[in-house]
Amino acid sequence: MRVVVDLNRCQAYAQCVYAAPRHFVLHGREALVYDTAPDDADRAEIERAAQACPVRAITACLSESAENTAEHTAENGAAR
Amino acid sequence: MSADSSAPDRIVIVGASLAGLSAAKTLRAEGYSGVLVLVGDEAHRPYDRPPLSKQVLRRDFGAETTLPQPADLDIVFRLGMAAARLDRTERAVILADGERLPYDRCLVATGTRARPWPNPAEAALDGVATLRTRDDSERLAQRLRDRPARVVLVGGGFISFEVASVCRELDIPVSVLVRDAVPLAGAVGAPLGGFMAEVARGAGVDLRLGASIARMEADPRGRLAALVLEDGGRIETDCLVVAIGAARNIAWLDGAALATDRNGLRCDRFCRALGADGLPAGGIFAAGDVAHWPNPHDGDALVAVEHWGNAVAQGRTAARNMLAPGPDAMVAHDHLADFWSQQFGLTIKLVGLTAGADSFAVVRGSMAERRFLAVFGKAGRTVAAASVDSARWLPAYRAAILQGAPFPPLIGGLDAPRRIETQVLEDAAR
Repeated sequence: MRVVVDLNRCQAYAQCVYAAPRHFVLHGREALVYDTAPDDADRAEIERAAQACPVRAITACLSESAENTAEHTAENGAAR
Repeated sequence: MSADSSAPDRIVIVGASLAGLSAAKTLRAEGYSGVLVLVGDEAHRPYDRPPLSKQVLRRDFGAETTLPQPADLDIVFRLGMAAARLDRTERAVILADGERLPYDRCLVATGTRARPWPNPAEAALDGVATLRTRDDSERLAQRLRDRPARVVLVGGGFISFEVASVCRELDIPVSVLVRDAVPLAGAVGAPLGGFMAEVARGAGVDLRLGASIARMEADPRGRLAALVLEDGGRIETDCLVVAIGAARNIAWLDGAALATDRNGLRCDRFCRALGADGLPAGGIFAAGDVAHWPNPHDGDALVAVEHWGNAVAQGRTAARNMLAPGPDAMVAHDHLADFWSQQFGLTIKLVGLTAGADSFAVVRGSMAERRFLAVFGKAGRTVAAASVDSARWLPAYRAAILQGAPFPPLIGGLDAPRRIETQVLEDAAR
């Protein structure tokens, strides 16, 4: 998966840390550190974290969706 | 070629960036069904940068920070290929390999690059690096894994302090060289900069203020060995990170007769790029770090905001306006600057612009307990607020800034601070 957290919105309520402790961690009181590329198999956990966020700061989607447009990708350096 | 009043069916976004992706998502969300091309000079799809100076270096998680991208965006990517030129007459973006991408609307979201060390021979030494891209971050993470005897950062901004913080967490000795008397002052003002300087020193950072590099010494293999400072001091190191700011990626617009300068690409409040004649350039918009725009929260003074939140918001506004049938249907870009940093275990968040502030007050908590909220005043109005490990207070002060609330803030009411000590900011510290 691909995950991004809007840390301007985040207020460290830490609900994501409870919902998906392997993927979201607090460093200190408020510094949220998170897994930007969790395994697709962890989808339920990640979606639970996103739903639990009281300020809706978490955006996630399956990584396979990022590859769906691969046929449009130029040969130039994009073949990964 | 199509007139700006007809609906576009070819949109080219130059810059596979946060702003560019935000625009692409908005275009599709607003119902745009035409061709959407996203050009990026790096081989990566749009990715997130804030983790690159923090958790990626610390290896908490991986270096894969590609941004979530909905499956139905139907983007035609041109990655690993820079835009070389803009042909306004024929309305085409020309890539470095000569490919022409015709457009009805073009979004310039080419952002910035790390400003290189000014001495090219020294900049080319093995062990001298900058940190801007994902590849930069992976290289630096590798260096840190090899545990250099000392890392040196030159520059007094967030990148320096964030990397220094990671080094201390990894128990790697680190020096930070700052030319000014106070670090971070440009971003967060002198009082907070002074506070962070003390925090960094407390964490074991060798912070040197008023310091600059006179020359670098290399070993016979061209590897950095030491820095000689202007004051005659010498620091042995084989790992220097140059963090002296960013330069805007506008060279590819040379010859397009657009209003560009070192501040970026000038645009109006609708994110329309302006030509050298000062008039909107047909079909061209700008968003993100590269845009230089009138800020309604500062009397329309021109500003370039190099922050995450603005990139998202401006990409969105520009996208809406690209689809608008005319200026009457356009929305003004109205974003109150905000950003955050994580360093030395603390989260610093700021909303508003501290530039030109003449006064400062801690209104909640205290610097001594490393947990507080501070506000900045300018001519009797609240213009910015900063929190250190107190993020939940910040939204209330965001509202106060938007309303132009008086400074110092009211005291003594229910849920308001009892006492405020206002500090006058000197010109030099602004």
